[in-house]
Amino acid sequence: MTTTTATSERLQSTFKRFVEVGRVVLVNDGPSAGNLAVIVEIIDHNRALIDGPTTSVPRQSFPYRNLILTPYTIASLPRGAGNGAVKKAFEKAGVLEKWQSSGWAKKLAARKQRKNASDFDRFQIQLAKKSRREEVRKAYVKEKKASA
Amino acid sequence: MARSKEVAPNVGRLSRSQVAAKRGLFKGKKTSTAPAKTESPAHTEKTVGGKANGEKRLVPTNKASKYYPAEDVKKPKVSRKSAGKTALRSSITPGTVLILLAGRFAGKRVVFLKQLDSGLLLVSGPFKINGVPLRRVSQAYVIATSTKVDIAGVSIPETVNDSYFAKSKAAKGSKEGEFFGEGKEKKAFPEEKKSEQKSVDAALIASIKKVDNLAKYLKASWGLSKGDRFHELKF
Repeated sequence: MTTTTATSERLQSTFKRFVEVGRVVLVNDGPSAGNLAVIVEIIDHNRALIDGPTTSVPRQSFPYRNLILTPYTIASLPRGAGNGAVKKAFEKAGVLEKWQSSGWAKKLAARKQRKNASDFDRFQIQLAKKSRREEVRKAYVKEKKASA
Repeated sequence: MARSKEVAPNVGRLSRSQVAAKRGLFKGKKTSTAPAKTESPAHTEKTVGGKANGEKRLVPTNKASKYYPAEDVKKPKVSRKSAGKTALRSSITPGTVLILLAGRFAGKRVVFLKQLDSGLLLVSGPFKINGVPLRRVSQAYVIATSTKVDIAGVSIPETVNDSYFAKSKAAKGSKEGEFFGEGKEKKAFPEEKKSEQKSVDAALIASIKKVDNLAKYLKASWGLSKGDRFHELKF
């Protein structure tokens, strides 16, 4: 399959993200769970060789079922690129910055923060929620009076 | 073994501590001198009847026991171990906010001050914030949170130790009288305990007020509600 046919097929397909060399993936299992990596080589129908030099994901074979495809690709990455080349390409593409500003990453970070919240943090969250409710209620009453 | 008659070989009727209590050695060093021992001879000569018996016989003054163990009785080893000081959980350091899990103040958040000699934890509410006075708690009945209060300025008086918490012995009334609530007068809380509480809490409250919402946090009590997964909570 050449790249030209792949792009033409993509034009007709509803699928937007593909398992391909250069695809940035989110590792979803194991010690590097939650980190980004790049597909460097496709091993077979179950596994790919992934590498994440800037995100502390060691080069390893990884099953697809534990990878989540992200919308980012490093188009220029050649098949089977070495660790250094991946690092360079990853930084040049600015994937990490794009990822960190995405809603997806923010949601994951928020979830993690909530999970690691201490007892005092939870108490303060409760207070903040309380004051938010109060503000909303006040604004609602004001609006209601104004419209009536 | 005189006080603790054996119920089985080498097993006394009383425990070690009971024997010690009965012996009463704790009552102080004995100053009286022991009465002088009168030496009695090991044998006394007695005249016996019957021609064939030789008229006289040496009889021991203290008769030897008839019983002797048929088999060797093993003596238990004397243990030289003694209980060491209770190790404090690493998450509990002076100033840690603790959640009490048992007793009258269960669910309250309190400040840990120090470990007493008995191994129990000395905590304070502070009293003015959540009504928990200076109190001893076991670390087994406590959740240590990661929140710390700066207690560098708090000085704990020497008088606040384990004996501070000992109950004063009240004169025992008749049981019937107790039942009907006779002769029961509510004792006033000792003034010195009040002042000690205040002196400890003053500096404590000052440092609590430096952190936003901390006083409110200590005032609120803790509990689990629907959907709280205790095993996933971090404190």
